[in-house]
Amino acid sequence: MAFKDAEHAKAYWSENLSLVFKLLVVWFVVSFGFGILLVDVLNEVRFFGFKLGFWFSQQGAIYTFVALIFVYAYKMNALDKKYGVDE
Amino acid sequence: MDVQGLTFLIVGLSFAMYIGIAIWARAGSTNEFYVAGGGVPPLANGMATAADWMSAASFISMAGIISFAGYDGGVYLMGWTGGYVLLALCLAPYLRKFGKFTVPDFIGDRYYSQAARVVAIFCAIFICFTYIAGQMRGVGVVFSRFLEVDIETGVYIGMVIVFFYAVLGGMKGITYTQVAQYCVLVFAYLVPAIFISLMMTGHLLPQTGFGGTLSDGSGLYLLDKLDGLSTELGFAQYTEGSKSMVDVFAITGALMVGTAGLPHVIVRFFTVPRVRDTRISAAWTLVFIAIVYTTAPAVASFARVNMIDTINGKDGSGTLYEEAPQWIKNWERTGLITFNDKNGDGRMHYSAGKVGDPASANEVSVDRDIMVLANPEIADLPAWVIALVAAGGIAAALSTTAGLLLVISTSVSHDLLKRTLKPDINDKQELLAARLAAMVAIGISAYFGINPPGFVASVVAFAFGLAAASFFPAIIMGIFSKRMNKEGAIAGMVTGIGFTAAYIIFFKFVSPELNSAEHWLFGISPEGIGLVGMMVNFFVAAVVQRMTAETPDEIKEMVEGIRNPKGSATAHAH
Repeated sequence: MAFKDAEHAKAYWSENLSLVFKLLVVWFVVSFGFGILLVDVLNEVRFFGFKLGFWFSQQGAIYTFVALIFVYAYKMNALDKKYGVDE
Repeated sequence: MDVQGLTFLIVGLSFAMYIGIAIWARAGSTNEFYVAGGGVPPLANGMATAADWMSAASFISMAGIISFAGYDGGVYLMGWTGGYVLLALCLAPYLRKFGKFTVPDFIGDRYYSQAARVVAIFCAIFICFTYIAGQMRGVGVVFSRFLEVDIETGVYIGMVIVFFYAVLGGMKGITYTQVAQYCVLVFAYLVPAIFISLMMTGHLLPQTGFGGTLSDGSGLYLLDKLDGLSTELGFAQYTEGSKSMVDVFAITGALMVGTAGLPHVIVRFFTVPRVRDTRISAAWTLVFIAIVYTTAPAVASFARVNMIDTINGKDGSGTLYEEAPQWIKNWERTGLITFNDKNGDGRMHYSAGKVGDPASANEVSVDRDIMVLANPEIADLPAWVIALVAAGGIAAALSTTAGLLLVISTSVSHDLLKRTLKPDINDKQELLAARLAAMVAIGISAYFGINPPGFVASVVAFAFGLAAASFFPAIIMGIFSKRMNKEGAIAGMVTGIGFTAAYIIFFKFVSPELNSAEHWLFGISPEGIGLVGMMVNFFVAAVVQRMTAETPDEIKEMVEGIRNPKGSATAHAH
């Protein structure tokens, strides 16, 4: 094991889980939230030529997804360094 | 040169390139055959994964489906890309660290059970076959239209090509051919989209173009015009759709978790050297997928406006059939467009309703699968663009087929033979078994390409539903819960699959006449039931786990190991 002790491994794992959880909240909000559940409300708003809810469902959610995975990769690599488990 | 000559040239050149790469990269050991020796750089792996994952369905059918479904089509966009987020955050890095070749390997080892492994093998094979049937058909359709050969010949040609680089080249060949295929595919998708976007709205980017104003001088927003046209012709508004919210929610969810459980995509993440490469490779993959997936809805709305305008005429009075543009005649010959002059005025008129139904005023039926292929013709683009789209469609279908074949052959040779039935076979025999299995799989999929079952679309729903209800919960619990034991996991998979399969079979095959919202459970269609199946799986697994023996200590240690990103290189060199 590369972790110093079990305590260390536990801390790493819980930071990992909390990062994933936060990112998944955003994931849920932009797709299921803005794109589906709140679509009628958001469609009242104009975003250029789009209705906003429609835009989230066909464009906005996808852009957010891409950003989420890059944030994840970046933050996890930093976390690995912090706990000395990077390669 | 005419369209046909150019198609021969461009498709021929792209094939020469794929085969050349496959021969250059011929695999040696079994390790290389499966996962390219773990030495593919993240960016290249990202492109290859994107090509693997974007099938003929994505390339040929998706924009067409959105074109006809409007907002409802968003379930595919959000479902398939959102599933990728789950895959990248919750599965890929851990499975890479685990370091085995296949998903059944993970399930079998993590749940210390041959029964679990065998259940997983059969799920993987079934999911892959349902996919391949559609791919081979896709290749056949493209060939038969553009090369004017019959569909059987088209499928045979595709078979030979797939045989070369999947069976002789192995995964390494495929990784680099798939990089090439991604380039062909994305170029072929973007060029016509940009052309049409410039023509219709003056925007270079299709992504902003479909939210722009029309350049015909009316100053109308394109989507407003489309909403207006849809209402006028008796359809639901394009930006509103007609499915219920609960169904849209469930279908999106089922597609998301189904995507995350697709075995041929998961296996891709074993091809990069380190866990951190897996993370970044997944990010690149989604970038490459997003380029196509954000263009698709733009293509869909452009095609919809263009199609209605050409058939009904700019003033909506109908175009004279005698003066119909060439693309209508071309596709009418394939039977994918039909015209029935109900009112006998010699003009075509498209509206809601079925052509065969005398009560409806609609006179034209257009198959949604032709929208992407016909789009450049509808917009009157140069012949080389039309040829390029043909090459792109074939690239999409072939790359996915090859990836799926690989999973089938490894499931048979590695999971079933080496790990279950005959553990004493050597590398060479295993490789031979893998190649034989791939050959048999090609033969069977070609058969389905030539004689497609009438229910390909239903079967695809089946594949996603099963992946959602079986693999996804089993893998998630395997990583995130140390206490989940084999009894819980197997019970969960079996009830999840059983429930989902029963629901789909009942509504799709046993009583299709009942397949409507008032008979569905919670108003969820068979396409979305995988999400409920997944919940059943999680629930049953949690209950059974509480009542049965604890997981052995060595499994708990194994899970600890998976969670630690360090040291995957050694794990791989077994």
